[in-house]
Amino acid sequence: MADFLLELRSEEIPARMQSAARNDLARMFAERTGEAGLSTGAIDVHSTPRRLVLIARDVGEQTEAVREEIKGPRSSAPPQALDGFLRKTGLAREQLEERDGVLFAVIDRPGRAAPEVLGEAIQRIVDDFPWPKSMRWGAGSQRWVRPLQGIVAIFGEEIVPVEIDGLHSGATTVGHRFHHPGPITIGGASDYIEKLRACHVIVDQDEREQIIREGAEAAAKEAGLILLPDEGLVVENAGLTEWPMPLLGRFDPEFLDVPREVIVLTMRTNQKYFACVDGEAMLAPAFVCVANVDASDGGEAIVEGNRRVLAARFADARFFWEQDLKVPLEEQATKLSGIVFHEKLGTVADKVERVAKLARWLVEEGIVKGAKPDEVERAARLAKADLVTGMVGEFPELQGIIGGYLARAQGEPNAVADAVRDHYGVPTKPASTAVALADKLDTICAFFGIDQKPTGSKDPFALRRAAIASIELIVRNGLRLSLTQAVRGSLANSAGQRADSEAAHRLDRTAPEILEFFADRLKVQQREAGVRHDLIDAVFALGGEDDLVRLLARVKALQDFVETEDGADLLTAYKRAANILKKEKWEGTAVSGGPDLEPQEKGLVDVLDKAEPTASAAIEKENFTAAMAALATLRRPIDDFFDNVTVNDPDPGKRERRLNLLMHFRDAVNRVADFSRIEG
Amino acid sequence: MSLSFQDLILTLHRYWGEQGCVILQPYDMEMGAGTFHPATVLRALGPNPWRAAYVQPCRRPTDGRYGENPNRLGHYYQYQVVLKPSPADLQDLYLGSLSAIGIDPLKHDIRFVEDDWESPTLGAWGLGWEVWCDGMEVTQFTYFQQVGGFECRPVTGELTYGLERLAMYIQGVDNVFALKFNDAGVTYGDVFLENEVEMSAYNFEVANTDTLFDAFRKAAAECESCLANKLPIPAYEQAIKASHVFNTLQARGVISVAERQAYIGRVRDLAKAACAEWLERGQGA
Repeated sequence: MADFLLELRSEEIPARMQSAARNDLARMFAERTGEAGLSTGAIDVHSTPRRLVLIARDVGEQTEAVREEIKGPRSSAPPQALDGFLRKTGLAREQLEERDGVLFAVIDRPGRAAPEVLGEAIQRIVDDFPWPKSMRWGAGSQRWVRPLQGIVAIFGEEIVPVEIDGLHSGATTVGHRFHHPGPITIGGASDYIEKLRACHVIVDQDEREQIIREGAEAAAKEAGLILLPDEGLVVENAGLTEWPMPLLGRFDPEFLDVPREVIVLTMRTNQKYFACVDGEAMLAPAFVCVANVDASDGGEAIVEGNRRVLAARFADARFFWEQDLKVPLEEQATKLSGIVFHEKLGTVADKVERVAKLARWLVEEGIVKGAKPDEVERAARLAKADLVTGMVGEFPELQGIIGGYLARAQGEPNAVADAVRDHYGVPTKPASTAVALADKLDTICAFFGIDQKPTGSKDPFALRRAAIASIELIVRNGLRLSLTQAVRGSLANSAGQRADSEAAHRLDRTAPEILEFFADRLKVQQREAGVRHDLIDAVFALGGEDDLVRLLARVKALQDFVETEDGADLLTAYKRAANILKKEKWEGTAVSGGPDLEPQEKGLVDVLDKAEPTASAAIEKENFTAAMAALATLRRPIDDFFDNVTVNDPDPGKRERRLNLLMHFRDAVNRVADFSRIEG
Repeated sequence: MSLSFQDLILTLHRYWGEQGCVILQPYDMEMGAGTFHPATVLRALGPNPWRAAYVQPCRRPTDGRYGENPNRLGHYYQYQVVLKPSPADLQDLYLGSLSAIGIDPLKHDIRFVEDDWESPTLGAWGLGWEVWCDGMEVTQFTYFQQVGGFECRPVTGELTYGLERLAMYIQGVDNVFALKFNDAGVTYGDVFLENEVEMSAYNFEVANTDTLFDAFRKAAAECESCLANKLPIPAYEQAIKASHVFNTLQARGVISVAERQAYIGRVRDLAKAACAEWLERGQGA
């Protein structure tokens, strides 16, 4: 056994592709060697911007020899059958073995040497590699993520020969692009990583990430600041460097007038810099960049260059910000009539109008409590105005946030400014909640109203996401509303606005579709939250519930109940009762009671008579835990009943009333939840 | 002493001339990027080897800022290098050019950051990077995969240097108009500030949109007439013309979002047809 080293060196691999590439390399190598029957020990993969590296430990010297037997025709078979078999196996008659009158071809496949197998594996891996995007270069037709420049493939101390697009494998690679551009000769897997380290290349990405994480933090600390941690940036910078050197620079504090999010985003997205804060968590006029070189002047020129680039970007951002501050949001909002929301649904201004109406309704109906209707309507009218600002034009991901700053700057009440800022998400403040929910409900209802529903994997208007966010808004804020009513109102709103009488007519069909859509999303969301899907089904099966808060309270109570001993036991009894009724195809009759009731029959009847109204009353009061508790009182009587009473009594009268009693029991339980849907 | 703007160009000319590039002069038509030059687009098609370098003035009417923004211009220069087939040491050749203009890679941070290039108007795309020097994008580096909808075989490597940015970087200047154009005291502002002011006013306020719409239609018609006569070069010129007229119409704000795609599609169809005709005539073969 020996270790195997593979380095595929190329021009710079995009940082975002490196992690998947490492996994793909390990997987493909394991698949190829596995198929060929070559044993390997642990497989390590590494990447830098310029190399994908695999080190496999304890690779077998050769594949196992295989003896294969193929059964052929009987020796007495006609010659055509024999000829066919000989052709198929490539053997001659005298090479076949005969056993009990049957011919066998016995083929010995000797083990193949590891280098040969590894060479083939490399070729296949390079040819089949699943880069998200690949390219050709020069005059060749080979594809790789960027031009492939070298292959190091060493098994033990022996070079594994392979040729790809004119490139021959060998033991030679190069070090850091600038620190050590000349050739380096690698002995094998054992010295690869250290030889490259000596040439300013840290092969392992985890190690580079650690250097960046610690170095950036230390650089900030040294300047008396605290680094804003950002793992995404750590990984990205590790994918852009072979010798990472975090460096701290400062920028002109006057840029801090620009909203903090703009500063941080400019640094992160455009420049891949970390931001820093001071002891009071205020943004500091400093950045940490990660250079890929141990600069001869200690990084002075690099920091100065980066500072100037950043200053130019900030100057641009500040220009937009100052321009935006000059225009009141209501004036910006008038420009929304020039932006098409959807060709059949009018402009963004039309949408704003609908959202304002719906948001106000949510407050006036008392669905969202603690908000002022006028403030909510104003917030809704200003909420989309920042879409036409220069700042959001530059940074679309800051929609809402910029609007929030501008609203505050022009003296809007906090409730309005917060709602403008937070309405794209799932806020908890009352005015923000009203605008957020109205915005999402309107989007869903408007698109359903023009028959643009998500289908399969297609959801171009992200209606599923809007539904999930609506559900979260309702549940997190405990909003009590009839979703049917809200949906019908929103549909009517939208149809009325575009004078679409046909859509108004379709409303009775569209509204239930939307309710069903919500139900599906709710199930998905609950399942993801770890709620058993059968319990969700058990409650949904009751039908007619469009108050999500109430619905989920019932699911929760049910889950708690079925996890108790009482609950599990009752479920067993329920299933037994339901099975009997099903077997008998029992649909119920009027027969009940009688002077000759067994004590266990009597017991069940009495408890049922108490439990049923108690459960109903509890449900009425939305006290689902109490309803479950009422059900729990049935456990012992039903068990006693089954233990002591024969349902199928020879006396038809007794049989009939007992079946009716069981049906009564089943139906009483079903009114709390459809227990037939519960598994177990 | 750092290189003046014109010395930067002369240094690059000398460097790439030594790499076997023909040093061309700017194409005498208005265009939005150096890539549009036929020495790039048409020569990237077909099997013939080709190496060229040239400066191309680029006009982007919507980027004009009346000379008030220190970093944005409606008219600026790109230095364009194309090598076909792309040589195996293209990155090294490129880094050599940075050394030639005085950028020491052990003192500065040079990085190749993923940036894929696509030109919907040319039906072209490629993979490559933007090259960063101390966090500033100084060059677009692309391996062409398709041009005019045709696969590039062999592949052309394209380097596009933003000359003003690069010069600002080398000279340590924060305002483009403060760049020294030569070593005799002439600044970039002396040469181009008034141009920016007037051209911004023209592009945003004055340009007659009826005339422009008419010009677009006429250029498209001329292009088709050239194609009918199997003349790919003049056909391609008319496509460039249509493209620039479209850019100006955009600056005038008279093209809606919906129409925009249609105009781009129209220019692409013209450019593609010209490319097809170029190959048809056996050019580049």
